[in-house]
Amino acid sequence: MALNTLTHESTSTLVRERLAGKKTSAFDQLVALALLLALLSALAVLIVLLADVVRKGMPVLTDRGFEFVTGRLNPEASEAGILQGIMGSLALTVFVLVIAFPVGVGAAIYLEEYAHDNRVTRIIQANIRNLAGVPSIVYGLLGLAVFVKLLGGMTGGRTVISGGLTLGVLVLPIMIITTAEAIRAVPQALREASYGVGATQWETIRHQVLPVAMPAILTGTVLTIARAFGESAPLLLAGARLSLFFSNSTDAGLWDLVSSEPYTALPIVVYNWARQPQKEFVELTAAAIIVLLILLLAVNAGAIVLRDRYERR
Amino acid sequence: MALTDTSPQTMDLTGDPKRLAREARVRRVFLAASVISIVVSVAIILSLVGEAWNFLTKIELGDLNENGWFPRRGRFQILALIVHTLVISAIAMAVAAPLGLGAAIYLSEYARPNVRRVLKPSLEVLAGIPSVVLGFFALTFITPNVVKNLFSSASQSNFLAAGIAVGVLIVPLVASVSEDAMRAVPTAMREASYGLGAKRWHTSLRVVVPAAISGIVAAMILAVSRAIGETMIVALAAGTNGIMTLSPLDGGLTMTGAMAQLAIGSDQVAGAVAAFQSLFFVGLVLFFMTFALNVLSERVVRRFRNKY
Repeated sequence: MALNTLTHESTSTLVRERLAGKKTSAFDQLVALALLLALLSALAVLIVLLADVVRKGMPVLTDRGFEFVTGRLNPEASEAGILQGIMGSLALTVFVLVIAFPVGVGAAIYLEEYAHDNRVTRIIQANIRNLAGVPSIVYGLLGLAVFVKLLGGMTGGRTVISGGLTLGVLVLPIMIITTAEAIRAVPQALREASYGVGATQWETIRHQVLPVAMPAILTGTVLTIARAFGESAPLLLAGARLSLFFSNSTDAGLWDLVSSEPYTALPIVVYNWARQPQKEFVELTAAAIIVLLILLLAVNAGAIVLRDRYERR
Repeated sequence: MALTDTSPQTMDLTGDPKRLAREARVRRVFLAASVISIVVSVAIILSLVGEAWNFLTKIELGDLNENGWFPRRGRFQILALIVHTLVISAIAMAVAAPLGLGAAIYLSEYARPNVRRVLKPSLEVLAGIPSVVLGFFALTFITPNVVKNLFSSASQSNFLAAGIAVGVLIVPLVASVSEDAMRAVPTAMREASYGLGAKRWHTSLRVVVPAAISGIVAAMILAVSRAIGETMIVALAAGTNGIMTLSPLDGGLTMTGAMAQLAIGSDQVAGAVAAFQSLFFVGLVLFFMTFALNVLSERVVRRFRNKY
């Protein structure tokens, strides 16, 4: 594959330059320009978006600084902060990790290492592909019907547990697909050598396959986390508070906070504020978006660092 | 026969039973993990179908043909939501198809490796922007600065701004799936084309693109599916009008928009049971539309792929 792409780059360049020389036609260059423009205009939107958000939100961050990040939700724009959103998002992330990582990796190991190519396996695979294409808000309905209502006795209803389970289930198919790809990329010779010296299948997976696949699995996991971190549609239905303010009891323990207290998430805060017509809230929203994007950037940078560390070993 | 006497004792090759038992246990655990995905699908379908059925038994079927979508007043014109969804998806595709495909062709056929190394991750950054952020951008930038500038009659919430934002959101999807399809076209075909004296545009547009057409079409179908299911942008920027309209300059509820709208009011709507359950009915329709599109896109790839 790598060889193939390599020859593709070099031969086409070589053949083109040798045959056409410098006599590339004007039309040819026009087409190249148009295609490049398509790509650049998409990126231009990205740049305009970032510039616009920074322009609108920076004043709030410079004026209020740390107080904005550590403040609680408040209908009064000048008092409102995003602490509850950040805490909610972090708690949800922990749940997503605890659910999606073990189940996702386990399912991927089964599909890649154990499953025979039979009807059941094909059904499971098709099912996972379809789940990955289900709109996120439909997972919200699942969360509402199952985690908030049906299992409300266990999850506490509209709590972080319900929201975390919903997001965990949402990212599960992506988790399985990326992990399966990582495992598939491990050379077969490694497994054969391991069996050759008498290792069992599990020993082979545990000591040969997983260590080699781990950088890619972890990178995929972190990117999946990033996806869950920015997700808001399912949380609209799975119990996040959609009001401009709510209070947690101040002496609630950690378990109470996840199992009985109301919660929200940073993207939900963004959504709530974006709906407010006042100019102050536009600025607040932009400021919250800046924090959200910085956190996402940090998560993604974490993915790169993780991958580098594992690959160097 | 003497040989049998000297032969070694038959060795027990079945191995340590403890080790084997552990192997079987581990295997069962992994099987259980992969079966969870089936459980999730079943749970989705059951919860959608169950409540949607309750909804249909609770209302008069004629209510589905009432003018407009006003769940709290017992008017459930699902067609209005579907039409609005399709208007937004059409606008989104008008943006995403040319931009995404152009970007894909450029990255696959034109970009030098070092240019590609910069541009491709930038597209991935765009893909990583949360949709709620694009919704805010549509509401506070695209509508006032773009749409209102071009069409002063446009309303504050309009399909055009929301559709453009959804289009920007799905450009990376179109680009990456189409690019994968084009990079899978064998180099030999390009070389043959150059060998026959074809120019570069001819090679990429008339040889590589047709060869990769199944993947490109699949990418477009997937993108439509994604656009239909996109929630946060339309919830913020497309408005809350329940009356059917086709004008891109007007706003209105889409399927996902209506669901978000019901979710916002879910505290108050607890009494109005049918309104709450209509959420699941809309969800079911949405689920089937996206499911059909996803299956279609897979079929296209399998059926029309040229094998080289």
